[in-house]
Amino acid sequence: MLHLTDPDQAMLGGEQGEAAALAMRILVRMAEAAGASRMIDVTGAHIDSCLYHGEAGLDFAERLSASGGRVVVPTTLNVSSLDLLHPALFRGDGLLAERGRRLMRAYVSMGGQPTFTCAPYQSTRPALGEHVAWAESNAIVFANSVLGARTDRYGDFIDICAAITGRVPEAGLHLDEHRRAEAVFHIAALPELVRDSELLYPIVGHLVGGMTGSLLPAIIGLPADAPEDGLKALGAAAASSGGVAMFHAVGRTPEAPTLEAALGGGTPKLEVDIDLAMLREARNDLSTASEGPLAAVSVGTPHFSLVEFERLASLVDGERFVVDFFVNTSRGVLAQAAAAGLVTPLRDAGVEIVTDTCTYITPILRDVTGVVMTNSGKWAYYAPGNLGVEVAFGSLEECVASAAAGTIKRDESVWA
Amino acid sequence: MSTRSLLPGVASGSALVLDEPISMWGGLDPGTGVIIDARHPQLGEVVTGRVLVMPGGRGSSSSSSVLAEAIRLGTSPAAIVLSTPDDIVLIGAIVAEELYGITCPVVVVDRTLFDRLKTGMELEVTESGVFGI
Repeated sequence: MLHLTDPDQAMLGGEQGEAAALAMRILVRMAEAAGASRMIDVTGAHIDSCLYHGEAGLDFAERLSASGGRVVVPTTLNVSSLDLLHPALFRGDGLLAERGRRLMRAYVSMGGQPTFTCAPYQSTRPALGEHVAWAESNAIVFANSVLGARTDRYGDFIDICAAITGRVPEAGLHLDEHRRAEAVFHIAALPELVRDSELLYPIVGHLVGGMTGSLLPAIIGLPADAPEDGLKALGAAAASSGGVAMFHAVGRTPEAPTLEAALGGGTPKLEVDIDLAMLREARNDLSTASEGPLAAVSVGTPHFSLVEFERLASLVDGERFVVDFFVNTSRGVLAQAAAAGLVTPLRDAGVEIVTDTCTYITPILRDVTGVVMTNSGKWAYYAPGNLGVEVAFGSLEECVASAAAGTIKRDESVWA
Repeated sequence: MSTRSLLPGVASGSALVLDEPISMWGGLDPGTGVIIDARHPQLGEVVTGRVLVMPGGRGSSSSSSVLAEAIRLGTSPAAIVLSTPDDIVLIGAIVAEELYGITCPVVVVDRTLFDRLKTGMELEVTESGVFGI
């Protein structure tokens, strides 16, 4: 039975305005469906709803905005359908551009920060145990797993409702009992060459997402110094092939110093030993093409970090790409990369930098009939359906080598 | 009780049972109601007017917008039957009801009932259950 506080009731009754009342009404319906007993405060929000998917989303945002909706906690905005910094990259129709822009404006008018990134964790770092309302599947899994902050698997609409009210149902991953590992995946027995590969992360993510179902996974065998960008790639892939909103990397993520801690006294309902054959199959599953000519490369899904810019800059030393090479990133990280002198040499090599959006959700690619190479499990998962392209999946290094050659170059020896 | 109503309403239609969870974003074209996820076993099926029976949601949190848009356009399922509750599906349906007054009922049924539902069955979804008609 849901118990609302007096301020919750007042908001529901319209004392904070019409938009807050609508937002609270929706939250109450969600809380009742979830069986929550109360609402709790959040300290921040990340809004996914600013990406245009049709008029319904625009109708909702403009109704909230027109009826006085205003965020009451610091709120970042997810990628949108347009790159406002580089509008010439957009190849879609004018109506789509106009509506995408209206939607972005509506969320900024309600107090959302124009971050337009799917990787809010690159600038906003909620602390261990802090409750937030984040939407965008990769951001959710990163917040819960890598930061140890607490957000449920929020989607469009509920994100802005939480931001306007500062409240969410006390349910799901806000509660200790739903943060315990229920499935255990062992990767420690894999060959060292594979465990050292950066592709280990998106491939393991793709595999775990597909196998774990609704169980919360723990992974044993990731290095204690696994890089953040690796965990980002793992979580994004697992949240694409499955509904993963949190994982534990035993010995690496904050709520899993040990397997016992991750399990929280429970016993796993599923245990899987991941072997090389499974990884090989998952790697193949992420490609629809493995050789031949290349049309483009796209990296930075989720958005490229400063560390990834540094790595790419070191890889393209003097190269000149013969196909389009897109890097998706945020305005904030682009500014940092430019300040570090990383951007000019990349542009000289032929890199096209995309901000505010991503190449798999908006018409930016010039040629959607050819093969596009990516190092992102998430991009590889969604692009064939979204864009109709063929995908080749490979490491950042393989992407660079392929873009310079104009054909797919992948090192098969690691996976043999 | 074998049925729990997350979004109350009454609807009927021919069942479409999904063998795997789907992300409506990237998986459903709201313009046509066709399943477009290249990896999904029900690729190419039309959800419009059907009672969509699915194990749960998956993937992107943009799915709520896609479902709301499909409801606005009249390409959505008539009702959605889940085996596990799914917030992302539910809020898409709630917002569409708030904005347009169109109800796409969402219910959760237990495993026994869920396993009895087969594609092509004519089903009625109400607040108290899912019935063959």
